[in-house]
Amino acid sequence: MSGKMSSMGGNNRIFVGGCIAVVLAAIALMTGVRTDYVFNASYVVLQFIVLASAWNILGGYAGYVNFGTSAFFAMGGYTALFMIKMFNAPLLVQIIAAACCTGVLGLGIGLISLRLRGIFFSIATVAVAIVLETVILNTDYFGGAKGLQMMRPEPIAPFTSYDTMLFFVMVLMAISAVAISRYIEQSWIGRGLRAIKDNEEAAECVGVPTLKLKLIATVVSGALMGAAGAPLVMYMRFIEPVSAFSLNYSVSALAMPIIGGTSSWIGPVIGALLLGSVQQIVTVTISSELNVLIVGVLLVFFVVVAPDGILGLVRKLRTKNSAKGDAKGGAQ
Amino acid sequence: MFSWDLLIGALVFGLLLGCFYAAVSIGLSLSFGLLDVPHIAHPSFLVAGAYATWWLAGFGWDPILAGLFLAPVFFVLGVVMYRLYYAMFEKHGSDAGLRGLAFFFGVAFIIEVCLILVFGVDQRLVEAVYIGKSIDFTDDLRIPMRLLVAFAAALLLTIGLTLYLGKTYMGRAIKAVAQDQIALSLMGADPVKVKQWAFGIATAVTAIAGALLIIIGPVDPQLGRIYIGRTFCVVVLAGLGSMSGTLVAGLILGVAETIVLTFFGASWAPAVAFGLLLVMLGVRPQGLFGR
Repeated sequence: MSGKMSSMGGNNRIFVGGCIAVVLAAIALMTGVRTDYVFNASYVVLQFIVLASAWNILGGYAGYVNFGTSAFFAMGGYTALFMIKMFNAPLLVQIIAAACCTGVLGLGIGLISLRLRGIFFSIATVAVAIVLETVILNTDYFGGAKGLQMMRPEPIAPFTSYDTMLFFVMVLMAISAVAISRYIEQSWIGRGLRAIKDNEEAAECVGVPTLKLKLIATVVSGALMGAAGAPLVMYMRFIEPVSAFSLNYSVSALAMPIIGGTSSWIGPVIGALLLGSVQQIVTVTISSELNVLIVGVLLVFFVVVAPDGILGLVRKLRTKNSAKGDAKGGAQ
Repeated sequence: MFSWDLLIGALVFGLLLGCFYAAVSIGLSLSFGLLDVPHIAHPSFLVAGAYATWWLAGFGWDPILAGLFLAPVFFVLGVVMYRLYYAMFEKHGSDAGLRGLAFFFGVAFIIEVCLILVFGVDQRLVEAVYIGKSIDFTDDLRIPMRLLVAFAAALLLTIGLTLYLGKTYMGRAIKAVAQDQIALSLMGADPVKVKQWAFGIATAVTAIAGALLIIIGPVDPQLGRIYIGRTFCVVVLAGLGSMSGTLVAGLILGVAETIVLTFFGASWAPAVAFGLLLVMLGVRPQGLFGR
């Protein structure tokens, strides 16, 4: 453990370097690649990196399973829609407003259900998703079931098209989400959340402020999901409840961290990159139903066979190899 | 807008529907309420039961007969499910929370998508002598026969299961395992065997409830999502593991839903169960008849 602590400075430098590399790669992609398909596919994968990282802050670190990612995502989108209709707000304001609203939503759900056992929190998130969808369906201001079409404004200075601007925003958002989830994992919050996951009663007894920590995690996680949903309106130029509240977001945001590995910030990123790419390829080449089925089957497979995800598998392989190496060294 | 006739109609419909809600939830009351298994996939089994009934009805079977025939099949399915769940999660204890939930969520999702792939997204319905007819009390109050049949079957099912748990040897063993598993094993009974039997019963009951589901109205693969709300609402409202409470809670939900449906419109109905559930979780999570 102490070795890990001392190498943290170096780790941070590597992390920041990685982030800069991602931004440069994104700029290269924006100027170099002109096919819409690659562009859209990368946008969706980035969006899933945000959602999966956000889900993992509560689900992976603390063990409270959120089934209602779609509620936060869609509420982010509809908050943005409200800001556009009401104030004609710019994109940044839309994102901030969406994050605030969904953060408060997370706080509300948390206050109701986080005192209870984990399954009640999970069911409360499903409940909120359905209740919100019903409210939106019945509200004409938001377009009801038919949805609303929106015009895009002019892109801001350095960007030549709104698509590239949204893409760049999503890149920054993905990096921030990963950085926040990494910060939380390594800070006192992460340690507290892990204690909650291991044994909540014991944590409470030794003075870990469990409810406070869980609420922090729910608010941050919810705010990030909402922020990811905010650009949806402008990206699709259209918003409609059934697709915005699609169960696919909820299942993917849960499956990606579990497939990648929930114990560390890199797990959701691996999961989102892998599963997101597979989804993009399968949806286009075979069918969208099969794509959904693959997500479900992979989720169950990993939960049963490799509960620590790909990260766990890699770790196991490494310790095996090093054990082999040690054995060889000992024999010589 | 308001009229007494409408209100009385809504009440009568609500009570009939509520009994049906109790029947679709009682399996969950057993598996989640008593056995503590986070069975999110329960509504998907319900819809799967409805589709199996539809398939058998294609050969000219009566839906209720089909449900009774499916019950033993689902019993075996339930036993297998519990064995899997036990071997994978419950045996190891601690982390079953997250993994168990994710597992059942994944299973629910797989069932839904498989139903879509096999049967398509269209609604399915069955035919029987009592479907499509109604008994007219007044001009405003017409009760469809299908609702009455489902009501009667649901009432029998719910009362039957309550009596089974209260009066028989095995039923009491199931209640005992819910109360204190270690004490039961000290008495020389195997808690895992009792639980697997109980989970089998819960799943068998779900098959019959699935048959009632398709009698009440047309079924589509995504119906399970709405029933997550209805079934968990009933179970939480009743208080975990309270069988007689399940019936009362079902009636409350049924009446609440039909009143909202009558006075605010059908598009608000899906939110009733989930809204009630959220209120219960916030105000009285132990339920009306909770321990």
